[in-house]
Amino acid sequence: MDIATLRPVINKKWSSLVLLGLLTATTLTGPLPASAHDKAEPGAEPPRVQLVLDVSGSMRATDIDGRSRISVAQQAFGEVVDALPDETQLGIRVLGATYRGKDKQQGCLDTQQIVPVGPVDREQAKAAVATLRPTGFTPVGLALREAAEDLGRGTTARRIVLITDGEDTCAPPDPCQVARELAAQGTTLVVDTLGLAPDEKVRKQLLCIAAATGGTYTAATSAEDLTGRLKQLVDRARDTHATTPSKVAGADACQGAPLLAPGVYTDRETFSEHRWYRVPVRPDQELRASVSVAMDRPVNPDYGVLLRATASDGRELVRGVDAGSGRTDVVSAGLRWSAGADDDEQARDEEATASPAATSASAVTTVCLVVSNMFSPRAGTDKEPGMPVELTVDVVAASPTPDGPDLGRGWVLLLLLTLAGLLTGLVTGLLTRWWVATWREK
Amino acid sequence: MRMRTRSATLAALVAAGVALAPATVLAAPTPTPSPGSTTVTKAGTSFLSATPVAAGQPVRVGASTGEYLYWSFTAGAGEIHEINATVSLAEDRGGSSTWAVEVFDGLRRRQACTAGAQTPTADAAVSTVAIGCTLRRVRPWAEPWSADPLPGTYYVRLTVVDVPERDLGLPIDVDLLISATGDAGTAPEDGKLEAPLVPPAKAGEVLNAVPTAPAEDEEGDGWNLDLTGWLPEAGSRWIWTTAGGVLAAVAGVFGFALTRRPATR
Repeated sequence: MDIATLRPVINKKWSSLVLLGLLTATTLTGPLPASAHDKAEPGAEPPRVQLVLDVSGSMRATDIDGRSRISVAQQAFGEVVDALPDETQLGIRVLGATYRGKDKQQGCLDTQQIVPVGPVDREQAKAAVATLRPTGFTPVGLALREAAEDLGRGTTARRIVLITDGEDTCAPPDPCQVARELAAQGTTLVVDTLGLAPDEKVRKQLLCIAAATGGTYTAATSAEDLTGRLKQLVDRARDTHATTPSKVAGADACQGAPLLAPGVYTDRETFSEHRWYRVPVRPDQELRASVSVAMDRPVNPDYGVLLRATASDGRELVRGVDAGSGRTDVVSAGLRWSAGADDDEQARDEEATASPAATSASAVTTVCLVVSNMFSPRAGTDKEPGMPVELTVDVVAASPTPDGPDLGRGWVLLLLLTLAGLLTGLVTGLLTRWWVATWREK
Repeated sequence: MRMRTRSATLAALVAAGVALAPATVLAAPTPTPSPGSTTVTKAGTSFLSATPVAAGQPVRVGASTGEYLYWSFTAGAGEIHEINATVSLAEDRGGSSTWAVEVFDGLRRRQACTAGAQTPTADAAVSTVAIGCTLRRVRPWAEPWSADPLPGTYYVRLTVVDVPERDLGLPIDVDLLISATGDAGTAPEDGKLEAPLVPPAKAGEVLNAVPTAPAEDEEGDGWNLDLTGWLPEAGSRWIWTTAGGVLAAVAGVFGFALTRRPATR
């Protein structure tokens, strides 16, 4: 008998049967939170980007491929507007474009939106950019604040691309602090920065702004660089605008902490703070949680993040931890947990003691999640607002421990083998006897 | 044998006067992208915006030094993934820089590399730096408390971890290729993860009260449910062992018959 050729056929048949069974099982057990894996529906809101261009006096300098910085920026803007995807809404704001005087107070209010955020009229936008002449001061902080306002508040991520060649000449407000505040309030806001032939001060400032909002910093030293990078950043706005977590404020104790359904959340947590959340988990379910804490300000080089899951009485269930040192954007940790056998028993005990009205509710375990960080601030680092925390919570069907049979040991196996042997021996013996009998008759 | 053919080809090409060919012939042993796959020219900037990449799909993207580049790929049970990246660095740099590729699973837990230069350092003089990471074999099941690699989404983060500040922001080009070896076939005794480690992408929702568990109606027309419960799965040890018993008995009877045959004649 050729078992080798037979097995795949059996396998296929069996597995399809098992699959059918599982399918029926899942449909019978009711709606599982499978919706957790649904992709975020394409946002009804279009992606919105605001380009913020510095038109201060220093943009006159001719040090990029022998051309002036402003003409390089103008050319890049023209190409970006031409290549703009139709659904992307683009706005352009300038700073230091109109005030010619020497009064710093006046000059530091000099920022205008020359193209409002919305569907772009390409010709009009290009014409507006082409007429810009380098003039005044560099109020970066104010321009960022206004740009965030231009983009409005909505449910999707916003992007600001800041192009400048000089450091802010109008602090306070410190543009880096402004960026951090903007990122902490309202919707997700990312500021990407582009330095035109930057010196050390500009680089430090732009790096700080980018880090504060989870954006990027690029040094543009040629027209080609600038155009390519601008196009890439505008494209990114289109790719990322729909993925926005919802805001939640964790409590300082498990009692009264927000109850979370599966999904992505953001919160803020400052140094040595603990943030608590609660997640309801049914006995046949598994909790999955991950957390990322972003380093949006200068901190000491060694750091860590700890995510713990505890029962409602404070008993620790499981922990996820990660630590590191050096340059990074986020530090992440994650954990999985599902109710074990003794937890089931305990839940049943609680159920027995609880009032009959609460019986159905106590079948659901409420797991507390606590996020803590091991960042330490450098001298002069602000503690407020806290660092961005991204929390992902998922509740899925639990994966039971596989238990294979005791092959090679155990009385059950011996009994099975003996029975199978006996049965086959009997059948073969009977067949032989019958065959011998018929042969003799013939 | 292979070497000989290669050098023969090389000799032939040189003889033919083709100047470009030797380089392409010699560059064979590195993992190659699967034929017909399109090159990915994007990278995400966070876990949420990571650009999905398939194994064998080449990635080529321009970026700036200091940026955090994220990609994600899907791994199945039994597979081993190898990540290879080459970063073309900008000219005129201030000093040496250390690059790193870090891999995280769907729960953003750090994954270990079993081989490969995960954090190479590039001197100021070199123009490219090669980064590599080979991951552990993905397991079909693991205890919730363990950190073993499981099927699901994996994230790759590529960045510079140590660099002179004046080099930040300079343009770089990144080539990345994720290759998978091993098959997805696993034995049922090893267990199965009911849901792969794929993080939810939608925004969360704060609940007002603990949801009550839906009423369980296990009674009723669920006979095929029970069937899957007590029937052994195809290819399980029970079936193999039973088949072994049957074969043993047949062999025994056959042997018995062999000894008996001369007597019956």
